Amino acid sequence: MSVQDDPRVRRVEGRALPLAGGDIDTDRIMPARFLKAVSFDGLEVHLFEDDRRAAASASLVHPFDDPRFAGAGVLVVGRNFGCGSSREHAPQGLARWGIRAIVGASFAEIFFSNATALGVPCVTLTGDDAAVLTELIERDPSIAVVVDVAAQMVTAAGRAWTGAIAASAREALLTGTWEATVLLTADFDQVRATAARLPYVGGF
Amino acid sequence: MSDTLLKKVWDLHAVRRLASGQTQLFIGLHLVHEVTSPQAFDMLRLRGRGVAFPDRTWATVDHIVPTDGQPRPFLDAMAEQMLASLERNCREFGIPLFDLDSADQGIVHVIGPELGLTQPGLTIACGDSHTSTHGAFGAIAFGIGTSQVRDVLASQCLAMEPLKVRRISVDGALGGGVYAKDVILAIIRRLGVNGGVGFAYEYGGPAVDRMTMDERMTLCNMSIEGGARAGYVNPDATTFAYLKGRRHVPSGAAFDRACAWWASLASGPDASYDDRVVVDGSGIRPMVTWGINPGQSVGVDERVPLPDAQPLEARQGLAEALAYMGLEAGHPIAGTRVDVAFIGSCTNGRLSDLREAARVVRGKRVASHVRALVVPGSQRVRVAAEQEGLHDVFREAGFDWRGAGCSMCLAMNPDRLNGREICASSSNRNFKGRQGSPSGRTLLMSPAMVAAAAVAGEVIDVRHVLPAGESR
Repeated sequence: MSVQDDPRVRRVEGRALPLAGGDIDTDRIMPARFLKAVSFDGLEVHLFEDDRRAAASASLVHPFDDPRFAGAGVLVVGRNFGCGSSREHAPQGLARWGIRAIVGASFAEIFFSNATALGVPCVTLTGDDAAVLTELIERDPSIAVVVDVAAQMVTAAGRAWTGAIAASAREALLTGTWEATVLLTADFDQVRATAARLPYVGGF
Repeated sequence: MSDTLLKKVWDLHAVRRLASGQTQLFIGLHLVHEVTSPQAFDMLRLRGRGVAFPDRTWATVDHIVPTDGQPRPFLDAMAEQMLASLERNCREFGIPLFDLDSADQGIVHVIGPELGLTQPGLTIACGDSHTSTHGAFGAIAFGIGTSQVRDVLASQCLAMEPLKVRRISVDGALGGGVYAKDVILAIIRRLGVNGGVGFAYEYGGPAVDRMTMDERMTLCNMSIEGGARAGYVNPDATTFAYLKGRRHVPSGAAFDRACAWWASLASGPDASYDDRVVVDGSGIRPMVTWGINPGQSVGVDERVPLPDAQPLEARQGLAEALAYMGLEAGHPIAGTRVDVAFIGSCTNGRLSDLREAARVVRGKRVASHVRALVVPGSQRVRVAAEQEGLHDVFREAGFDWRGAGCSMCLAMNPDRLNGREICASSSNRNFKGRQGSPSGRTLLMSPAMVAAAAVAGEVIDVRHVLPAGESR
């Protein structure tokens, strides 16, 4: 994710990791104790740490510990993924783990903007389509999943589903302008002029 | 047809329309804290940028603060490093910081309003999802991530998608022992934890009109728990009375001009909304969560729901929640034994919250098996409470009385649950592991209900123990 790379995100292809369940909050993705840091480095190690430990102690394998999904680049999730806390540590951890696109039934708003701001597209499928995709991956984790941001399509194993992504996020990803700093500082005179029109800025 | 407050404030702050279709939105107030900002300042340095409007940016320390009066340097080296990093960043970029030794320090969403930084008609951003709290004043306030904190520091702007507006009218009058916390839990139960995605919630109606600013803050605070990034109440005489005389609020003739402008921003009576919901306030009971998200709640006199009575898509989540919580479907929520009682947080850590809790515990004792603590939302709240003698009421009952901070709401400081402890909590999230133990359990409720649970040692209906004959 270095700033020197071509920032345009048109299409992400990779093996996928399906994560079952709705309303998965960012406290679960990245428990708060790992926010005690002054950088995002190393967060990928702590993704879903409590869920993974709970699974292990019940002799289950959490998808993020499942060797079948090691090296996956696409995360497949359920409804309202990333709800709760605004911590960017959640998508930072996912991106650093290697997730380059997320496909799901729906996304919480702040998570969606945080992921987009890192150049990670969050593409929505209908709940039924996401379930079918999950099933295909479970059956054969080696299949390649293609997230086509330009066409708003998700394809895997010869099947294709119509996806959706907010027009503005799509534009920012396709043009490589998802890091908004340059855009927002481009016309600073206009920013000053807007501020000057606001009565509170001048103390009424 | 007149506009909503959201539309008016949005248009006033629109710098330009971006090629993406988003609005470049000017941010009137940027609040900064130690957890979500260090990386943003580093990104600024890396890009060779400064802070565009340091005079519209304010910082405090809240999340990692030990509340036991620990001296610096903190025992926790990383907490110390985070605070030192914020101090250095604020010095370097010229941002005022309400540090730990300041009488103005406290939870960012408590001190903004206290100091009069939070005002109607502002756009407010902070790297914290409970920034929606400030909407209580008729501001458009929302949480952002660290990359967006960087953007606001660099430009005082955000690239934003316009929000739709859902008007939520709370009719009727709330009963005794029923608080703003119960209202918002009832709203989230009804509309769901993702029902508000894409919306700002505009709260109104007779019950909201009668609420104090503290209560309106509780209401707006948890908008994000319903999926709405922002929530607001139109400014009125209650708002203006709260603001008058506060440090950053204009005085004299300028205050009158400010009030006139603030009043002009309120949604018109014929404003059109994208959606409308009416809630019967008189039917709301004290609420308690039984699950692992804030939508999973019942009235204190109700039972934990049965999976079979739920829609098919909710059943799996319900089973997961019950398994985690160790609660029995079909059993009354009242009588659930609690191990810990926590009163505080940006949701319910203000003076009026502590007063209501103190009313319940005055002259009583915390149950012997319960660990109980009160963490004021700010130093100012702490001092005001002590002047009223509330600290003695709590201490005599067996509560710990602490300094200001976020504390056990998210347990980034030493206050946390152990093992599978169950906590009656006045905070905002009952997510798995939220209060610092990976298997800890949270029951969200009003501060008065937490106080009642602390004394009884189990969940009880606060209406049965509130002293009679007093009105709040």
